[in-house]
Amino acid sequence: MSETAECVVIGGGVVGSAIAYGLAKRGEKPLVLDGGDSSIRSSRVNFGLVWLHSKGDGMAAYGFWTRRACDLWQQFADELTDETGVNTQYVKSGGVNYCLSEAEYNKRSETMQRMRGQAAEDPYEARMVDRGELRQLMPRAKLGGDVTGASYGPHDGTCSPLYLLRALHAGMTKRGAQYRADSPVTAIKPVDGRFEVVTAGGVISTPKVVLAAGHGSMPLEKALGFDVEIIAERGQIVVTERVAPMGILPANGVRQSTEGTVLIGTTTESVGFDLSTTPQAGAAMVKRALSVFPALAGVRIVRTWAGVRTLTRDKCPVYEQSGQYPGAFIATCHSGVTLAAVHANDLAEAIHNGKFTPMIDAFHGRRLK
Amino acid sequence: MSNVTVNVEGKAISVPAGESAAGAALAAGLTHTRVSPVTGEPRAPYCMMGVCFECLMVIDGVPSRQACMVPVREGMRIERQTAVEVWK
Repeated sequence: MSETAECVVIGGGVVGSAIAYGLAKRGEKPLVLDGGDSSIRSSRVNFGLVWLHSKGDGMAAYGFWTRRACDLWQQFADELTDETGVNTQYVKSGGVNYCLSEAEYNKRSETMQRMRGQAAEDPYEARMVDRGELRQLMPRAKLGGDVTGASYGPHDGTCSPLYLLRALHAGMTKRGAQYRADSPVTAIKPVDGRFEVVTAGGVISTPKVVLAAGHGSMPLEKALGFDVEIIAERGQIVVTERVAPMGILPANGVRQSTEGTVLIGTTTESVGFDLSTTPQAGAAMVKRALSVFPALAGVRIVRTWAGVRTLTRDKCPVYEQSGQYPGAFIATCHSGVTLAAVHANDLAEAIHNGKFTPMIDAFHGRRLK
Repeated sequence: MSNVTVNVEGKAISVPAGESAAGAALAAGLTHTRVSPVTGEPRAPYCMMGVCFECLMVIDGVPSRQACMVPVREGMRIERQTAVEVWK
């Protein structure tokens, strides 16, 4: 006899777990099927930025969607801590993107202006800060001589992606979701308005299925009528020993974690699912970080790692309900940490209701055809 | 087994050859071997097998070494690790 569930979420990473948490908050009892230890897990190899001001160049809706996430994040983080005792270490510090020459500063300035001009309203409220103002923002930091300034986003911040994932797992379970590890889905079959979800442990019959398995969604999506291309991109990160708090704002390329390590990133490489790190990439990233903060030269590197991003063709999220098989949903995106706050709220609400709002429908994959 | 003499926080102590620097620090009576660079909280060796990174110490002048994984050597200087400061 096959098992039944009122809802199955495929993927126990930060995207699937945020959706499952939001569904559980709305009274559903989702069964979350996670992959195995050898699955590609973007959720666990992550820089931990909760980031707005560089998102949505070319797609205004992504800027507004991310702004909404940043606006919800503090309440979302507090709620997770209250319910689970796990602190996601979220801090809305503001964030910067350093410029290391006049040319970089001018180019960054043009990009910010272009993004601001995409819609009548400006979701970013970002601005360029020159070297002098940057020093005022980080009075203790000793900037390298090449630093000309930065773009500054007041809504940006950081969290611990690992504690976020742990909090989501604890929160969704507490609210009635069931989490099943090491249960990769091998096939999904639509049968008479329901879905048969096939795993090594058996078949689960459900009227509602949410595909949120990152790269694992690709082999499953066609059976549900989806056709979203998910692209792998490697990113490498260098990690230093723990040092005393430096009083620096987080940036794309360098930030200090709550525990004191300095994270230096990152690369964008098309090498499939190859998770190796390369000394060449590490050296280039460290060189740039040293141009920003020369004093980091005295700090020891303790490890490097690589992860695979989950991208679409335009790097923006795709959310769809299947036209062919209503009750089947797909959610895939790069910024699962930042967007966790809207995934647990707005997106979970839409999936719960079976009806997408215009804001969410803007992320339908038809734009990529 | 023969003994070697190491220097823990300025005091000479004789420990069996093959002992770890963390073991020598504990034998010397240190109740903490580093402080958290963020909170200043005192910390001490925990797993003694290279996993937990609680035992980071300054060994022969080099900070952030896993003292439990470093075998003692004659004349080795073993010191508590204070917070590594980037801005000097």
